[in-house]
Amino acid sequence: MILLLSLVLMVTDLLWKPMAHYRGYLTLLVTPVQWLVDVPTRLWMGIGSELSDRDALQSENARLRSDILLLSRKLQRIDDLTTENARLRLLLKGSQRLDDRVMLAELIGVNADPFIHQIIINKGLRDGAYLGQPVLDENGIMGQLVEVGPYTSRVLLITDSQHAVPVQVDRSGFRALLLGNGSKQELQLDHVSDTADIRVGDLLVSSGLGGRFPIGYPVAEVTEITHDPGRPFAQVKAQSRARLDKSRYLLLVSRREPPLLAGPIPDRPAPTAVASDLSVSAAASSAASGVAP
Amino acid sequence: MIAAPRNGWVILLTFLLALMLSAIPLPEYVEWGRPQWVALTLIYWVAALPHRIGPWHAWVLGLLLDILQGSLLGVHALSLAVIAYVMQLLHRRFRMYPLWQQALLVLVLIGTYQMALQWAQSLAATGSNSLLFLLPSLISTLIWPWLFVMLRSVRRGLHVS
Repeated sequence: MILLLSLVLMVTDLLWKPMAHYRGYLTLLVTPVQWLVDVPTRLWMGIGSELSDRDALQSENARLRSDILLLSRKLQRIDDLTTENARLRLLLKGSQRLDDRVMLAELIGVNADPFIHQIIINKGLRDGAYLGQPVLDENGIMGQLVEVGPYTSRVLLITDSQHAVPVQVDRSGFRALLLGNGSKQELQLDHVSDTADIRVGDLLVSSGLGGRFPIGYPVAEVTEITHDPGRPFAQVKAQSRARLDKSRYLLLVSRREPPLLAGPIPDRPAPTAVASDLSVSAAASSAASGVAP
Repeated sequence: MIAAPRNGWVILLTFLLALMLSAIPLPEYVEWGRPQWVALTLIYWVAALPHRIGPWHAWVLGLLLDILQGSLLGVHALSLAVIAYVMQLLHRRFRMYPLWQQALLVLVLIGTYQMALQWAQSLAATGSNSLLFLLPSLISTLIWPWLFVMLRSVRRGLHVS
């Protein structure tokens, strides 16, 4: 009886698509446990901020002020550039790039299983989070929501072996798929030909293909390229920009455009990746299992 | 002969603690050896009170663990139910064993549990490719004597039956 029930559950969970939504509601059962687990950390942080001394606060304040100055100077230029960009796009009759709306979330748990790179955050359906929503920290893309409950949701990190992000090299525009391989910070680029224009140190930004991740956010930095004559493709390793195991505050980006690309795709220089483009939308839209080689 | 159920909240509390312990974030190098707290606690309670805690309780507990860890629904549930079932069959012998022999049996039980988990996870394509996934069963074995003594004193002190 138990055996049958378990098997039925497993099969529904594997094969029945709407289950992803119901799982979100099931998390309500364990939300108290997750909160309880997080209590020590919050207490510790609370005590830390209560007990920090005046000097430290003052110096931090000073540092933050100078940061604000620097950033606002950059922002002045960005305002100008944004309007200019919008005007130019209008001239070219291209689609406008919309500003993304952002919601702040806090980490409340980490998946205990070392094979599964997932974290739990304190935002859910009540706050407007939705399945597949991209998650960032201040340095780059972290992952996407794979389970949304009423109060909490589960983020699949980009390093998980089930995850893939469509990216392009910021410098050359070369497009590829960035796969997680199960290690904590390292990622790998799939199907990169030996002649592709890619170097160590290149920044990989999200390409927006597949319609899941917004375009232009930094994802990773290329750390190692091996050309092995015995293999059909170059082995490219990259390091994620987001501090996947350290960030406590995350950003949930919601897009005002519909999830799939609306309007014409903006011009991109030199599309060299052909093999990967076909798999981009499929892999990214379902985070399909078994994409890792 | 069998006394009326008493102080069931203690059992619930220990299971809650076990669930929390299995969800607490740990540094990466320790994470590989996290003891299977829920399975250990379950083994103890089935051995001590087989007439109260059985496969169904284990199944519900495993379901909670599944939701907590985001694994395939029913995987932990099934494996924990199997553990509880085997324990119910073995509990008389288990109580006679000295601690180290109990620990060996725990090693076998939790090893099987992890194999089952691994098998089910590879269904969902998240399995591991090394044998390191068996490490928690070793650690659980080492922890068993302490856990056993602790839970026994809790059970006797609070007259749980």
